[in-house]
Amino acid sequence: MGRLSVDLCGIELDNPVIPASGTFGYGYEFAELYDINCLGTFSFKGTTLQPRYGNPLPRIAEAKAGMLNAVGLQNPGVEAVIREELPKLAKCFRKPVIANVSGFFAEEYAEVCCLLDAQNQVGWLEVNISCPNVHGGGMSFGTDPETAAEITRAVKAVTTKPVIMKLSPNVTDIVSIARACEDAGADAISLINTLLGMRFDLTTRRPILANDTGGLSGPAVFPIALRMVWQVSHAVRIPVIGLGGVSSADDVIEMMTAGATAVQIGAANLVDPFICRDIISVLPARLDHYGIENISDLTGGSR
Amino acid sequence: MHKTMKQEIFELIENTALTGNVSRLRLRGDVSAITVPGQFVQVQIEGLYLRRPFSVCDRDENSFTVLYENVGAGTDILHTMAFGSKLDVLTGLGNGFDVCRCGDTPLLIGGGTGISPLYWLAKKLLNTGKAPTALLGFNTADDVFYADEFEALGIHTIITTADGSRGLKGFVTEAMKLPHSCFYACGPEEMLRAVCKASPMPGQLSLDRRMGCGFGACMGCTVITRNGPMRICKEGPVLDREEIIWED
Repeated sequence: MGRLSVDLCGIELDNPVIPASGTFGYGYEFAELYDINCLGTFSFKGTTLQPRYGNPLPRIAEAKAGMLNAVGLQNPGVEAVIREELPKLAKCFRKPVIANVSGFFAEEYAEVCCLLDAQNQVGWLEVNISCPNVHGGGMSFGTDPETAAEITRAVKAVTTKPVIMKLSPNVTDIVSIARACEDAGADAISLINTLLGMRFDLTTRRPILANDTGGLSGPAVFPIALRMVWQVSHAVRIPVIGLGGVSSADDVIEMMTAGATAVQIGAANLVDPFICRDIISVLPARLDHYGIENISDLTGGSR
Repeated sequence: MHKTMKQEIFELIENTALTGNVSRLRLRGDVSAITVPGQFVQVQIEGLYLRRPFSVCDRDENSFTVLYENVGAGTDILHTMAFGSKLDVLTGLGNGFDVCRCGDTPLLIGGGTGISPLYWLAKKLLNTGKAPTALLGFNTADDVFYADEFEALGIHTIITTADGSRGLKGFVTEAMKLPHSCFYACGPEEMLRAVCKASPMPGQLSLDRRMGCGFGACMGCTVITRNGPMRICKEGPVLDREEIIWED
Protein backbone atom coordinates (compact mmCIF):
# COMPACT_ATOMS: atom_id res chain seq x y z
CA MET A 1 0.00 0.00 0.00
CA GLY A 2 1.47 3.36 -1.07
CA ARG A 3 0.47 6.58 0.62
CA LEU A 4 -1.86 7.41 -2.30
CA SER A 5 -3.59 4.04 -2.43
CA VAL A 6 -7.26 3.63 -1.56
CA ASP A 7 -9.63 0.68 -1.37
CA LEU A 8 -12.68 0.85 -3.61
CA CYS A 9 -15.08 -2.00 -2.82
CA GLY A 10 -12.28 -4.46 -2.10
CA ILE A 11 -10.12 -3.52 -5.08
CA GLU A 12 -7.02 -1.50 -4.30
CA LEU A 13 -6.37 1.59 -6.40
CA ASP A 14 -2.80 2.94 -6.58
CA ASN A 15 -4.31 6.40 -6.16
CA PRO A 16 -7.83 7.86 -5.93
CA VAL A 17 -7.71 9.68 -9.31
CA ILE A 18 -10.26 8.39 -11.83
CA PRO A 19 -11.13 10.08 -15.16
CA ALA A 20 -14.91 10.32 -15.30
CA SER A 21 -17.13 8.65 -17.87
CA GLY A 22 -17.71 10.60 -21.06
CA THR A 23 -14.48 12.57 -20.83
CA PHE A 24 -11.97 9.78 -21.47
CA GLY A 25 -13.51 7.68 -24.24
CA TYR A 26 -12.46 4.05 -23.92
CA GLY A 27 -9.03 5.12 -22.72
CA TYR A 28 -6.77 4.23 -25.61
CA GLU A 29 -6.78 7.71 -27.14
CA PHE A 30 -5.34 9.18 -23.94
CA ALA A 31 -2.83 6.33 -23.90
CA GLU A 32 -1.26 7.98 -26.97
CA LEU A 33 -0.57 11.01 -24.75
CA TYR A 34 0.71 9.37 -21.55
CA ASP A 35 0.91 6.01 -19.83
CA ILE A 36 -2.61 5.73 -18.44
CA ASN A 37 -1.49 2.99 -16.03
CA CYS A 38 -0.59 5.85 -13.69
CA LEU A 39 -4.34 6.32 -13.05
CA GLY A 40 -6.19 4.72 -10.16
CA THR A 41 -8.55 3.48 -12.86
CA PHE A 42 -10.99 5.24 -15.20
CA SER A 43 -14.67 5.04 -16.04
CA PHE A 44 -15.28 4.38 -19.69
CA LYS A 45 -17.80 6.08 -21.98
CA GLY A 46 -21.42 5.43 -21.02
CA THR A 47 -22.49 2.27 -22.82
CA THR A 48 -25.98 1.21 -23.83
CA LEU A 49 -27.44 -1.97 -25.29
CA GLN A 50 -27.91 -0.50 -28.77
CA PRO A 51 -25.51 1.82 -30.60
CA ARG A 52 -26.48 5.46 -30.17
CA TYR A 53 -25.57 8.47 -32.31
CA GLY A 54 -26.71 10.86 -29.59
CA ASN A 55 -28.21 14.33 -29.90
CA PRO A 56 -28.04 16.74 -32.85
CA LEU A 57 -25.34 19.47 -32.87
CA PRO A 58 -24.50 21.82 -31.24
CA ARG A 59 -23.93 19.64 -28.22
CA ILE A 60 -21.48 21.89 -26.36
CA ALA A 61 -21.71 25.40 -24.91
CA GLU A 62 -19.38 27.56 -22.85
CA ALA A 63 -20.37 28.63 -19.33
CA LYS A 64 -18.66 30.69 -16.65
CA ALA A 65 -16.02 28.39 -15.15
CA GLY A 66 -17.53 25.43 -16.90
CA MET A 67 -19.37 23.99 -19.86
CA LEU A 68 -22.69 22.54 -20.90
CA ASN A 69 -22.94 19.29 -22.81
CA ALA A 70 -25.85 17.50 -24.40
CA VAL A 71 -24.02 14.66 -26.14
CA GLY A 72 -26.83 12.21 -25.40
CA LEU A 73 -24.88 9.02 -24.72
CA GLN A 74 -23.23 8.55 -28.09
CA ASN A 75 -21.65 5.09 -28.00
CA PRO A 76 -21.22 2.09 -30.32
CA GLY A 77 -23.37 -0.25 -28.17
CA VAL A 78 -22.24 -2.90 -25.69
CA GLU A 79 -21.44 -5.60 -28.24
CA ALA A 80 -19.08 -3.35 -30.20
CA VAL A 81 -17.54 -2.17 -26.93
CA ILE A 82 -16.75 -5.75 -25.97
CA ARG A 83 -15.64 -6.75 -29.47
CA GLU A 84 -13.59 -3.66 -30.41
CA GLU A 85 -13.02 -1.14 -27.64
CA LEU A 86 -12.03 -3.43 -24.76
CA PRO A 87 -9.37 -5.33 -26.76
CA LYS A 88 -7.84 -1.98 -27.79
CA LEU A 89 -7.89 -0.88 -24.15
CA ALA A 90 -6.24 -4.14 -23.03
CA LYS A 91 -3.16 -3.21 -25.03
CA CYS A 92 -2.56 -0.03 -23.06
CA PHE A 93 -4.23 -0.49 -19.65
CA ARG A 94 -3.54 -3.42 -17.34
CA LYS A 95 -5.74 -2.39 -14.39
CA PRO A 96 -9.41 -3.16 -13.85
CA VAL A 97 -11.62 -0.50 -15.47
CA ILE A 98 -14.98 0.93 -14.39
CA ALA A 99 -17.67 0.03 -16.92
CA ASN A 100 -20.21 2.85 -17.15
CA VAL A 101 -23.69 1.67 -18.15
CA SER A 102 -26.81 3.53 -19.24
CA GLY A 103 -30.25 2.43 -20.27
CA PHE A 104 -33.87 3.21 -20.87
CA PHE A 105 -35.51 0.47 -18.79
CA ALA A 106 -34.44 -1.85 -15.98
CA GLU A 107 -34.08 -4.94 -18.18
CA GLU A 108 -31.77 -3.03 -20.52
CA TYR A 109 -29.47 -1.99 -17.69
CA ALA A 110 -29.41 -5.59 -16.51
CA GLU A 111 -28.62 -6.97 -19.96
CA VAL A 112 -25.72 -4.57 -20.53
CA CYS A 113 -24.37 -5.22 -17.03
CA CYS A 114 -24.67 -8.97 -17.54
CA LEU A 115 -22.56 -8.77 -20.73
CA LEU A 116 -19.95 -6.53 -19.11
CA ASP A 117 -19.87 -8.65 -15.95
CA ALA A 118 -18.35 -11.41 -18.08
CA GLN A 119 -15.37 -9.22 -19.06
CA ASN A 120 -12.23 -9.76 -16.97
CA GLN A 121 -11.05 -6.21 -17.63
CA VAL A 122 -14.09 -4.81 -15.85
CA GLY A 123 -13.57 -4.27 -12.13
CA TRP A 124 -16.71 -2.33 -11.27
CA LEU A 125 -20.01 -1.48 -12.92
CA GLU A 126 -21.00 2.16 -12.66
CA VAL A 127 -24.70 2.52 -13.33
CA ASN A 128 -25.67 5.92 -14.71
CA ILE A 129 -29.15 6.79 -13.51
CA SER A 130 -28.44 10.47 -13.94
CA CYS A 131 -27.91 11.41 -17.59
CA PRO A 132 -29.83 14.67 -18.10
CA ASN A 133 -29.60 14.57 -21.91
CA VAL A 134 -31.79 11.65 -22.95
CA HIS A 135 -35.53 11.36 -22.92
CA GLY A 136 -37.13 8.46 -21.07
CA GLY A 137 -34.62 6.67 -18.86
CA GLY A 138 -31.40 8.37 -17.89
CA MET A 139 -31.93 10.92 -15.16
CA SER A 140 -35.56 9.97 -14.61
CA PHE A 141 -34.34 6.80 -12.84
CA GLY A 142 -32.16 8.79 -10.51
CA THR A 143 -34.70 11.31 -9.30
CA ASP A 144 -37.00 8.90 -7.48
CA PRO A 145 -35.82 6.60 -4.63
CA GLU A 146 -38.12 3.74 -5.68
CA THR A 147 -36.91 3.62 -9.28
CA ALA A 148 -33.29 4.08 -8.24
CA ALA A 149 -33.68 1.05 -5.98
CA GLU A 150 -35.37 -0.94 -8.74
CA ILE A 151 -32.47 -0.36 -11.16
CA THR A 152 -29.98 -1.20 -8.41
CA ARG A 153 -31.70 -4.52 -7.69
CA ALA A 154 -31.97 -5.36 -11.40
CA VAL A 155 -28.23 -4.86 -11.86
CA LYS A 156 -27.17 -6.55 -8.62
CA ALA A 157 -29.11 -9.65 -9.69
CA VAL A 158 -26.87 -10.19 -12.73
CA THR A 159 -23.37 -9.40 -11.43
CA THR A 160 -20.96 -10.29 -8.68
CA LYS A 161 -18.84 -7.23 -9.41
CA PRO A 162 -19.16 -4.15 -7.24
CA VAL A 163 -22.00 -1.91 -8.41
CA ILE A 164 -21.56 1.86 -8.22
CA MET A 165 -24.75 3.88 -8.64
CA LYS A 166 -24.08 7.26 -10.28
CA LEU A 167 -26.51 9.86 -8.98
CA SER A 168 -27.96 13.06 -10.32
CA PRO A 169 -27.70 16.35 -8.44
CA ASN A 170 -31.00 17.46 -10.01
CA VAL A 171 -33.04 16.32 -7.01
CA THR A 172 -34.49 17.83 -3.86
CA ASP A 173 -33.14 15.21 -1.47
CA ILE A 174 -29.96 13.46 -2.63
CA VAL A 175 -29.66 11.53 0.64
CA SER A 176 -32.96 9.68 0.15
CA ILE A 177 -31.84 8.48 -3.32
CA ALA A 178 -28.44 7.36 -2.01
CA ARG A 179 -30.02 5.50 0.90
CA ALA A 180 -32.48 3.77 -1.43
CA CYS A 181 -29.57 2.56 -3.58
CA GLU A 182 -27.64 1.36 -0.51
CA ASP A 183 -30.67 -0.49 0.83
CA ALA A 184 -31.15 -2.13 -2.59
CA GLY A 185 -27.61 -3.51 -2.45
CA ALA A 186 -25.40 -0.88 -4.13
CA ASP A 187 -21.71 -1.29 -3.27
CA ALA A 188 -20.82 2.37 -3.80
CA ILE A 189 -22.26 5.71 -4.86
CA SER A 190 -20.73 8.17 -7.31
CA LEU A 191 -21.90 11.76 -7.50
CA ILE A 192 -22.50 14.24 -8.96
CA ASN A 193 -23.47 13.91 -12.60
CA THR A 194 -24.03 17.23 -14.38
CA LEU A 195 -26.52 19.90 -13.36
CA LEU A 196 -29.29 20.66 -15.82
CA GLY A 197 -28.74 24.06 -17.42
CA MET A 198 -28.98 26.06 -20.63
CA ARG A 199 -27.59 29.03 -22.60
CA PHE A 200 -29.12 31.23 -25.30
CA ASP A 201 -27.61 32.75 -28.42
CA LEU A 202 -28.56 36.43 -28.16
CA THR A 203 -28.39 36.92 -31.93
CA THR A 204 -30.88 34.20 -32.78
CA ARG A 205 -32.60 34.20 -29.35
CA ARG A 206 -32.56 30.42 -29.55
CA PRO A 207 -30.97 28.01 -27.07
CA ILE A 208 -27.35 27.32 -28.08
CA LEU A 209 -27.74 23.58 -27.61
CA ALA A 210 -29.85 21.75 -30.19
CA ASN A 211 -31.24 19.75 -27.25
CA ASP A 212 -32.20 23.11 -25.65
CA THR A 213 -30.87 22.00 -22.24
CA GLY A 214 -27.67 20.27 -21.22
CA GLY A 215 -25.56 19.27 -18.25
CA LEU A 216 -23.32 21.82 -16.52
CA SER A 217 -19.89 20.66 -15.39
CA GLY A 218 -16.53 22.19 -14.56
CA PRO A 219 -15.24 24.24 -11.60
CA ALA A 220 -18.59 26.09 -11.34
CA VAL A 221 -20.23 22.99 -9.86
CA PHE A 222 -17.44 22.00 -7.44
CA PRO A 223 -19.00 23.50 -4.27
CA ILE A 224 -22.32 21.80 -5.05
CA ALA A 225 -20.56 18.47 -5.57
CA LEU A 226 -18.68 18.87 -2.28
CA ARG A 227 -21.88 19.60 -0.41
CA MET A 228 -23.66 16.56 -1.85
CA VAL A 229 -20.69 14.24 -1.28
CA TRP A 230 -20.52 15.48 2.31
CA GLN A 231 -24.26 14.92 2.86
CA VAL A 232 -24.32 11.46 1.27
CA SER A 233 -21.08 10.14 2.78
CA HIS A 234 -22.37 10.96 6.23
CA ALA A 235 -25.68 9.19 5.55
CA VAL A 236 -24.54 5.88 4.00
CA ARG A 237 -22.00 3.21 5.00
CA ILE A 238 -20.85 2.35 1.45
CA PRO A 239 -18.01 4.28 -0.24
CA VAL A 240 -18.74 7.48 -2.11
CA ILE A 241 -16.82 8.53 -5.23
CA GLY A 242 -16.82 12.31 -5.47
CA LEU A 243 -16.91 14.17 -8.76
CA GLY A 244 -17.98 17.51 -10.13
CA GLY A 245 -15.57 20.26 -11.13
CA VAL A 246 -12.44 18.66 -9.66
CA SER A 247 -9.48 20.32 -11.41
CA SER A 248 -6.44 20.17 -9.13
CA ALA A 249 -4.67 18.07 -6.49
CA ASP A 250 -6.10 20.34 -3.81
CA ASP A 251 -9.60 19.74 -5.20
CA VAL A 252 -8.98 15.99 -4.85
CA ILE A 253 -7.89 16.46 -1.25
CA GLU A 254 -10.91 18.68 -0.56
CA MET A 255 -13.31 16.16 -2.11
CA MET A 256 -11.88 13.38 0.08
CA THR A 257 -12.08 15.63 3.11
CA ALA A 258 -15.80 15.97 2.34
CA GLY A 259 -16.07 12.19 2.59
CA ALA A 260 -15.11 10.73 -0.78
CA THR A 261 -13.16 7.46 -0.95
CA ALA A 262 -12.00 8.19 -4.50
CA VAL A 263 -12.38 11.11 -6.89
CA GLN A 264 -13.38 11.35 -10.53
CA ILE A 265 -12.21 14.08 -12.87
CA GLY A 266 -14.42 14.96 -15.82
CA ALA A 267 -14.59 18.25 -17.69
CA ALA A 268 -11.00 19.15 -16.78
CA ASN A 269 -9.75 16.32 -19.06
CA LEU A 270 -11.36 18.08 -22.01
CA VAL A 271 -9.49 21.31 -21.39
CA ASP A 272 -6.20 19.83 -20.20
CA PRO A 273 -5.74 16.28 -21.50
CA PHE A 274 -2.77 15.67 -19.17
CA ILE A 275 -4.48 16.85 -16.00
CA CYS A 276 -5.02 13.46 -14.31
CA ARG A 277 -1.37 12.49 -14.78
CA ASP A 278 -0.26 15.88 -13.49
CA ILE A 279 -2.55 15.77 -10.43
CA ILE A 280 -1.26 12.32 -9.49
CA SER A 281 2.33 13.51 -9.72
CA VAL A 282 1.82 16.51 -7.42
CA LEU A 283 -0.46 14.80 -4.87
CA PRO A 284 2.38 13.59 -2.58
CA ALA A 285 3.78 17.12 -2.31
CA ARG A 286 0.35 18.52 -1.53
CA LEU A 287 -0.19 15.85 1.15
CA ASP A 288 3.15 16.87 2.66
CA HIS A 289 2.04 20.48 2.57
CA TYR A 290 -1.06 19.68 4.62
CA GLY A 291 0.74 17.23 6.89
CA ILE A 292 -1.23 14.21 5.69
CA GLU A 293 0.55 10.84 5.71
CA ASN A 294 -1.85 8.62 3.76
CA ILE A 295 -4.50 10.01 1.45
CA SER A 296 -7.04 7.44 2.64
CA ASP A 297 -6.85 9.03 6.12
CA LEU A 298 -8.72 11.99 4.64
CA THR A 299 -11.94 10.17 3.85
CA GLY A 300 -14.60 11.33 6.24
CA GLY A 301 -11.99 13.23 8.21
CA SER A 302 -13.65 16.62 8.04
CA ARG A 303 -14.12 18.30 11.37
CA MET B 1 0.67 8.91 -40.03
CA HIS B 2 0.75 12.27 -38.25
CA LYS B 3 2.30 12.93 -34.88
CA THR B 4 0.32 12.87 -31.67
CA MET B 5 -0.95 16.20 -30.42
CA LYS B 6 1.15 18.28 -28.08
CA GLN B 7 0.35 20.76 -25.33
CA GLU B 8 2.86 23.61 -25.39
CA ILE B 9 3.23 27.22 -24.29
CA PHE B 10 3.57 29.63 -27.21
CA GLU B 11 4.68 33.25 -27.33
CA LEU B 12 2.65 35.76 -29.30
CA ILE B 13 4.93 37.40 -31.89
CA GLU B 14 2.33 39.05 -34.11
CA ASN B 15 -1.32 40.09 -33.78
CA THR B 16 -2.14 42.49 -36.61
CA ALA B 17 -5.42 43.53 -38.18
CA LEU B 18 -5.77 42.58 -41.85
CA THR B 19 -9.25 44.07 -42.29
CA GLY B 20 -11.77 45.70 -39.95
CA ASN B 21 -12.64 42.32 -38.53
CA VAL B 22 -9.91 39.82 -39.44
CA SER B 23 -6.48 39.56 -37.80
CA ARG B 24 -3.32 37.56 -38.26
CA LEU B 25 -1.85 35.87 -35.20
CA ARG B 26 1.61 34.35 -35.09
CA LEU B 27 2.72 32.18 -32.20
CA ARG B 28 6.27 31.00 -31.55
CA GLY B 29 7.05 27.67 -29.90
CA ASP B 30 7.26 23.94 -30.54
CA VAL B 31 5.38 23.39 -33.81
CA SER B 32 6.57 19.81 -34.33
CA ALA B 33 3.07 18.33 -33.99
CA ILE B 34 1.69 20.56 -36.77
CA THR B 35 2.41 18.42 -39.81
CA VAL B 36 -0.48 18.60 -42.30
CA PRO B 37 -2.30 21.59 -43.86
CA GLY B 38 -5.89 21.62 -42.65
CA GLN B 39 -5.00 20.66 -39.09
CA PHE B 40 -6.05 22.97 -36.28
CA VAL B 41 -4.96 24.08 -32.82
CA GLN B 42 -6.93 24.63 -29.59
CA VAL B 43 -5.99 27.82 -27.78
CA GLN B 44 -6.66 28.40 -24.09
CA ILE B 45 -7.90 31.94 -23.62
CA GLU B 46 -7.81 33.45 -20.15
CA GLY B 47 -11.27 33.94 -18.70
CA LEU B 48 -12.87 31.21 -20.81
CA TYR B 49 -13.25 27.57 -19.84
CA LEU B 50 -13.17 25.70 -23.13
CA ARG B 51 -10.31 26.11 -25.58
CA ARG B 52 -11.04 27.75 -28.95
CA PRO B 53 -10.16 26.06 -32.24
CA PHE B 54 -8.26 27.81 -35.08
CA SER B 55 -7.04 26.25 -38.29
CA VAL B 56 -3.37 26.66 -39.13
CA CYS B 57 -2.73 29.10 -41.99
CA ASP B 58 1.01 28.53 -42.22
CA ARG B 59 3.98 27.30 -40.23
CA ASP B 60 7.74 27.55 -40.33
CA GLU B 61 10.49 26.08 -38.15
CA ASN B 62 9.44 27.69 -34.89
CA SER B 63 6.11 29.45 -35.37
CA PHE B 64 2.68 29.12 -36.87
CA THR B 65 0.10 31.55 -38.23
CA VAL B 66 -3.64 31.75 -37.66
CA LEU B 67 -6.12 34.07 -39.38
CA TYR B 68 -9.12 34.80 -37.20
CA GLU B 69 -12.29 36.80 -37.39
CA ASN B 70 -13.70 38.61 -34.35
CA VAL B 71 -16.87 36.61 -33.85
CA GLY B 72 -17.34 36.26 -30.11
CA ALA B 73 -16.00 36.21 -26.58
CA GLY B 74 -12.86 34.21 -27.39
CA THR B 75 -11.68 36.17 -30.40
CA ASP B 76 -12.55 39.47 -28.68
CA ILE B 77 -10.07 38.63 -25.92
CA LEU B 78 -7.50 37.27 -28.39
CA HIS B 79 -7.75 40.53 -30.33
CA THR B 80 -6.47 42.52 -27.33
CA MET B 81 -3.47 40.28 -26.64
CA ALA B 82 -0.09 41.94 -27.00
CA PHE B 83 3.33 40.92 -28.31
CA GLY B 84 5.05 38.59 -25.86
CA SER B 85 1.83 37.18 -24.34
CA LYS B 86 1.99 33.49 -23.47
CA LEU B 87 -0.68 31.09 -24.69
CA ASP B 88 -1.30 27.44 -23.81
CA VAL B 89 -2.03 25.63 -27.10
CA LEU B 90 -2.86 22.06 -28.12
CA THR B 91 -1.27 21.48 -31.53
CA GLY B 92 -1.47 18.83 -34.21
CA LEU B 93 -5.25 18.32 -34.05
CA GLY B 94 -7.40 16.83 -36.79
CA ASN B 95 -6.58 14.93 -39.96
CA GLY B 96 -5.84 17.75 -42.42
CA PHE B 97 -6.08 17.69 -46.20
CA ASP B 98 -4.83 14.72 -48.20
CA VAL B 99 -2.35 16.32 -50.62
CA CYS B 100 -1.74 13.09 -52.55
CA ARG B 101 -5.18 12.61 -54.05
CA CYS B 102 -5.58 15.78 -56.05
CA GLY B 103 -4.41 15.41 -59.64
CA ASP B 104 -2.28 18.14 -61.21
CA THR B 105 -4.60 21.18 -61.19
CA PRO B 106 -6.42 21.39 -57.86
CA LEU B 107 -8.77 24.29 -57.15
CA LEU B 108 -8.55 25.78 -53.64
CA ILE B 109 -11.88 27.38 -52.70
CA GLY B 110 -12.09 29.56 -49.61
CA GLY B 111 -14.77 31.81 -48.15
CA GLY B 112 -13.85 34.47 -45.58
CA THR B 113 -11.48 33.11 -42.90
CA GLY B 114 -11.99 29.72 -44.57
CA ILE B 115 -9.14 30.71 -46.88
CA SER B 116 -6.75 30.30 -43.93
CA PRO B 117 -5.80 26.58 -44.20
CA LEU B 118 -5.65 26.85 -48.00
CA TYR B 119 -2.55 29.05 -47.84
CA TRP B 120 -0.27 26.40 -46.34
CA LEU B 121 -2.02 23.81 -48.53
CA ALA B 122 -1.14 25.86 -51.63
CA LYS B 123 2.51 25.94 -50.58
CA LYS B 124 2.55 22.18 -49.99
CA LEU B 125 0.92 21.49 -53.36
CA LEU B 126 3.43 23.75 -55.12
CA ASN B 127 6.26 21.86 -53.42
CA THR B 128 4.97 18.60 -54.83
CA GLY B 129 4.84 19.99 -58.37
CA LYS B 130 1.12 20.68 -58.60
CA ALA B 131 -0.42 23.77 -60.18
CA PRO B 132 -3.12 24.94 -57.76
CA THR B 133 -5.55 27.79 -58.43
CA ALA B 134 -6.89 29.84 -55.53
CA LEU B 135 -10.51 30.99 -55.58
CA LEU B 136 -11.19 33.29 -52.65
CA GLY B 137 -14.64 34.64 -51.85
CA PHE B 138 -15.50 37.70 -49.74
CA ASN B 139 -18.49 39.98 -49.19
CA THR B 140 -16.97 43.31 -50.25
CA ALA B 141 -13.60 44.77 -51.33
CA ASP B 142 -13.05 45.95 -47.73
CA ASP B 143 -13.25 42.36 -46.49
CA VAL B 144 -10.54 41.03 -48.81
CA PHE B 145 -7.35 39.76 -47.14
CA TYR B 146 -4.46 37.50 -48.13
CA ALA B 147 -5.07 37.98 -51.86
CA ASP B 148 -1.53 39.39 -52.19
CA GLU B 149 -0.05 36.53 -50.17
CA PHE B 150 -1.68 33.93 -52.42
CA GLU B 151 -0.56 35.81 -55.54
CA ALA B 152 2.97 36.05 -54.16
CA LEU B 153 3.10 32.26 -54.22
CA GLY B 154 2.90 32.61 -57.98
CA ILE B 155 -0.41 30.82 -58.34
CA HIS B 156 -3.44 31.93 -60.29
CA THR B 157 -5.65 33.71 -57.74
CA ILE B 158 -9.28 34.61 -58.41
CA ILE B 159 -11.16 36.98 -56.08
CA THR B 160 -14.94 37.15 -55.91
CA THR B 161 -17.01 39.59 -53.89
CA ALA B 162 -20.73 39.33 -53.31
CA ASP B 163 -21.25 43.00 -54.23
CA GLY B 164 -18.75 43.08 -57.10
CA SER B 165 -16.59 45.77 -55.47
CA ARG B 166 -13.47 43.72 -56.22
CA GLY B 167 -12.79 40.87 -58.61
CA LEU B 168 -15.69 38.91 -60.00
CA LYS B 169 -19.18 39.78 -58.77
CA GLY B 170 -21.03 37.01 -56.98
CA PHE B 171 -20.13 33.87 -55.04
CA VAL B 172 -17.19 31.52 -55.57
CA THR B 173 -19.43 29.20 -57.57
CA GLU B 174 -19.51 31.86 -60.34
CA ALA B 175 -15.82 31.17 -60.98
CA MET B 176 -15.91 27.37 -60.97
CA LYS B 177 -16.59 26.94 -64.68
CA LEU B 178 -13.09 25.92 -65.79
CA PRO B 179 -12.08 22.27 -65.37
CA HIS B 180 -9.82 21.29 -62.47
CA SER B 181 -8.56 17.92 -61.26
CA CYS B 182 -10.22 18.32 -57.85
CA PHE B 183 -11.13 20.92 -55.25
CA TYR B 184 -10.25 21.66 -51.65
CA ALA B 185 -12.76 23.89 -49.87
CA CYS B 186 -13.10 25.66 -46.54
CA GLY B 187 -15.66 28.30 -45.63
CA PRO B 188 -19.24 28.86 -44.54
CA GLU B 189 -21.53 25.82 -44.64
CA GLU B 190 -23.72 27.38 -47.37
CA MET B 191 -20.65 27.93 -49.54
CA LEU B 192 -19.47 24.33 -49.11
CA ARG B 193 -22.91 23.04 -50.01
CA ALA B 194 -23.11 25.33 -53.06
CA VAL B 195 -19.64 24.27 -54.21
CA CYS B 196 -20.61 20.61 -54.10
CA LYS B 197 -23.81 21.39 -55.99
CA ALA B 198 -21.98 23.43 -58.64
CA SER B 199 -19.42 20.82 -59.60
CA PRO B 200 -19.13 17.05 -59.78
CA MET B 201 -15.32 17.02 -59.47
CA PRO B 202 -13.72 15.14 -56.56
CA GLY B 203 -13.29 17.29 -53.48
CA GLN B 204 -12.23 17.55 -49.87
CA LEU B 205 -14.02 19.91 -47.50
CA SER B 206 -12.95 21.25 -44.13
CA LEU B 207 -15.98 21.41 -41.83
CA ASP B 208 -16.57 23.65 -38.84
CA ARG B 209 -18.59 22.45 -35.85
CA ARG B 210 -18.84 23.69 -32.29
CA MET B 211 -16.31 21.58 -30.38
CA GLY B 212 -15.63 20.74 -26.78
CA CYS B 213 -12.19 19.21 -26.38
CA GLY B 214 -10.86 19.18 -29.97
CA PHE B 215 -9.12 15.82 -29.62
CA GLY B 216 -11.84 13.19 -29.74
CA ALA B 217 -12.73 12.74 -26.09
CA CYS B 218 -16.07 14.48 -25.55
CA MET B 219 -18.07 13.45 -28.65
CA GLY B 220 -19.34 17.02 -28.85
CA CYS B 221 -18.81 17.45 -32.61
CA THR B 222 -19.84 14.10 -34.09
CA VAL B 223 -21.65 14.16 -37.42
CA ILE B 224 -23.25 11.25 -39.26
CA THR B 225 -21.49 10.54 -42.55
CA ARG B 226 -21.84 7.88 -45.22
CA ASN B 227 -19.05 6.07 -43.35
CA GLY B 228 -20.81 6.27 -39.99
CA PRO B 229 -20.40 8.71 -37.10
CA MET B 230 -17.26 10.87 -37.36
CA ARG B 231 -15.83 13.33 -34.86
CA ILE B 232 -15.08 16.53 -36.76
CA CYS B 233 -12.13 17.17 -34.43
CA LYS B 234 -10.55 13.73 -34.83
CA GLU B 235 -11.65 11.94 -38.03
CA GLY B 236 -12.13 15.45 -39.54
CA PRO B 237 -12.20 18.36 -39.94
CA VAL B 238 -11.51 17.39 -43.58
CA LEU B 239 -14.01 14.99 -45.13
CA ASP B 240 -14.36 13.74 -48.69
CA ARG B 241 -17.39 15.19 -50.42
CA GLU B 242 -18.73 11.66 -50.86
CA GLU B 243 -18.77 11.16 -47.10
CA ILE B 244 -20.89 14.20 -46.32
CA ILE B 245 -24.64 13.90 -45.92
CA TRP B 246 -26.15 17.34 -46.54
CA GLU B 247 -29.22 17.99 -44.45
CA ASP B 248 -32.06 19.76 -46.24
